[in-house]
Amino acid sequence: MPIDFLPILILLILSALMSGGMVFLSHLFGRKEPNPSKLSPYECGIPPVGDARLRFSVKFFVVAMLFIIFDFEGVTIYPWAVIFRKLHLFGLVEMGVFLGVLLIGLVYIWRKGALQWD
Amino acid sequence: MELTLFVIFGAVAVASAFMVIVSRNPVVSALFLILTFFCLAGLYVLLNAQFIAALQIIVYAGAIMVLFVFVVMLLRTGKEARRGYRLIFQKSIGIIFVVLFLLLLGSITLMVSVTGMRGPYTAEAVRHIGNTQAFASVLFTDYLYPFEIISVLLLAGIIGAVVLAKRKR
Amino acid sequence: MPIPLPTVNLIDISPEIILGVFGVLVLLIDLFLRRERKGHLAVLSLIGVVGAFYASLRLWGSSHYAFSQSIVVDNLSLFFNGIFLLGTALVILMSVSYIRREGINLGEYYSLLLFSTLGMLIISSGNDLIILFLGLELVSIPLYILSGFARTNLKSNEAALKYLLLGVFATAFLLYGIALVYGSTGSIKLPMIAKLLSDTAVSSNPLLFIGMGMLIIGFGFKVALVPFHMWTPDVYEGAPTSVTAFMSVGVKAAGFAALLRVLLTALDKLQFSWVSILVVLAILTMTVGNVIALVQTNIKRLLAYSSIAHAGYLLLGLVAGSRLGVSSILFYLVVYALMNLGAFAVVILVGRKGDQNLHLNDYAGLGYRYPLMGAAMSIFLFSLAGIPPTAGFVAKFYIFSAAVKEGFVKLAIIGVLNSALSLFYYLRIMVIMYMREPEKKEVLPILFSPGLVIALLIAVLGVLYLGILPSRVLDLATSAIRTFLSG
Repeated sequence: MPIDFLPILILLILSALMSGGMVFLSHLFGRKEPNPSKLSPYECGIPPVGDARLRFSVKFFVVAMLFIIFDFEGVTIYPWAVIFRKLHLFGLVEMGVFLGVLLIGLVYIWRKGALQWD
Repeated sequence: MELTLFVIFGAVAVASAFMVIVSRNPVVSALFLILTFFCLAGLYVLLNAQFIAALQIIVYAGAIMVLFVFVVMLLRTGKEARRGYRLIFQKSIGIIFVVLFLLLLGSITLMVSVTGMRGPYTAEAVRHIGNTQAFASVLFTDYLYPFEIISVLLLAGIIGAVVLAKRKR
Repeated sequence: MPIPLPTVNLIDISPEIILGVFGVLVLLIDLFLRRERKGHLAVLSLIGVVGAFYASLRLWGSSHYAFSQSIVVDNLSLFFNGIFLLGTALVILMSVSYIRREGINLGEYYSLLLFSTLGMLIISSGNDLIILFLGLELVSIPLYILSGFARTNLKSNEAALKYLLLGVFATAFLLYGIALVYGSTGSIKLPMIAKLLSDTAVSSNPLLFIGMGMLIIGFGFKVALVPFHMWTPDVYEGAPTSVTAFMSVGVKAAGFAALLRVLLTALDKLQFSWVSILVVLAILTMTVGNVIALVQTNIKRLLAYSSIAHAGYLLLGLVAGSRLGVSSILFYLVVYALMNLGAFAVVILVGRKGDQNLHLNDYAGLGYRYPLMGAAMSIFLFSLAGIPPTAGFVAKFYIFSAAVKEGFVKLAIIGVLNSALSLFYYLRIMVIMYMREPEKKEVLPILFSPGLVIALLIAVLGVLYLGILPSRVLDLATSAIRTFLSG
């Protein structure tokens, strides 16, 4: 029922107010005396070189792909957990097969070294 | 109450979807897309589809957006690459598709009556059992076989990510 | 409220289970295998394919639904299983030396091949739009990966990217079609849809027709019908040759399996409307495929366009929609698997590392230097062109006569004319093989690896056997549809 989600809605509103309020208040009360060296990005005291917008390594992409796959695996467990008691052993076996296949995937990426950064 | 929430979520969803298109910085676009997804999740909750709402946040706002942002950062090009394309062909095709889509949408809502078989899960029944329970009790019994196929599909996806993107050891 | 648990009979999906287990096994064993010994994985995969074939054989004759009606185990699905597994076995045999030559002999290759075949088996027994969709995805995703398997080859990368993007686009159409069909009928089970269509309110719903069109687009992409064929030449050219061979045979057969189920089981009552669409698509596919094939100089591109043309011929059987039509599609697919894979085996033999030697001129003089291989290639080309006494002639004869019997005489005539047209480019290869002197005198000798030779032998013998004595397989094809069209 949507009404069950009222606490979440309240939390949402509260967090929006809090985070928005902080930004707004610091903007309101903070001192603003900008000068060029204050505005330049901080790079350990050395004058900044080049653009901060570097390209990401393709390694992140692999991590993201694997994250999506295992995230989806997690999502399937939610509805399963809801009716787990009613499914008895049957449900355990079918989820076991599902997770087993993906576990093999995990072993695979582990052995292939896809989880190592270098 | 529900109507006000619907209007708020809907308005924010449309506004942030608009921002996705118009903002120049792709990362900002991606962040607005997350906001759109959250509002859609809110709409799903209002429709009593809590499981889809959870999916929307976990999979779309979570995983897919991470991929989006990574890809944007992966492909990040200098400022000069971002302008200079007029995309006339793409735009005209896009307009044609939008018109077709609106026609389809209009014809569905105005002309077509609901036909065919009704399943046992009416809105009332779903409210009674609970959306997630109803979904689960069908998925893990009648759709057991497709469910297991998905695991192999995901395994193939894992292999693909490793084979194509990971340089050899 | 207790949930009624379904009865699960794993025997019904034993071919799928065997293939899936072997795919996983290959993946796992590969992790602990040194690079020189990857050849063993091919043997293991072959055992899996043979096991799945045996399991399908054991099921032959059964006709029932399983898994809450989401799959149907009947002779049609088992016959298709046979086609897929035959194709996969030949491709595995062809791959061993090829992927070693190209430096892509990773164990994942075989498990992806097996997973893709698993998807085909799932499609063949699909009785439900969700199963068909998932099966098609399971066919496609490993193939997206396999077409980009030669990572250092730019063309292979291009092929993977194009195939992925366009494939996903087509999948979107398919999914939208499924949604619309479900929305207008209220069911995703194919027999149930057929039953619901007797209600005129359902069968006159415009959404149903839009959905049907989108389903045809989605499947049409997979089997490369014109105008959804744009990806085919580039992907076929760029992908590793063994993968191209697999795609040209397996995906096409799987797409037709899905089309047969959807159009003849579920949307049978709408035949009047989809037949006219398919007639146009068939004419376009045959003509465009053959005409563009005429000017190709790359053998892989030529075979790509030829495979498009063959999809057009196959559509004739579907247009006929009769028992003869369906059984001739089955027979055609068997023949097509043998002759096309045979031709690709020769392409692999002639090719060189980095996918060199694919120009038609590289075939100059081959007929004399390697008489047996030249003879084999000639047999495949004759069969592809449909010249007796090869199997291609019988296959075309039955498919055209099925169309004629149902009154599609003009369509059959166009098909025959197209066959005549195709003769030109198939024979051109033979002319080059036998009548032209090679440009460069010094050529590296062709290495005949045992796997490729076995594959070639099977293909040659199969094409000749089915050309001369087709009745046994034709009978099998007829008995395969005994329960399909009656129920």
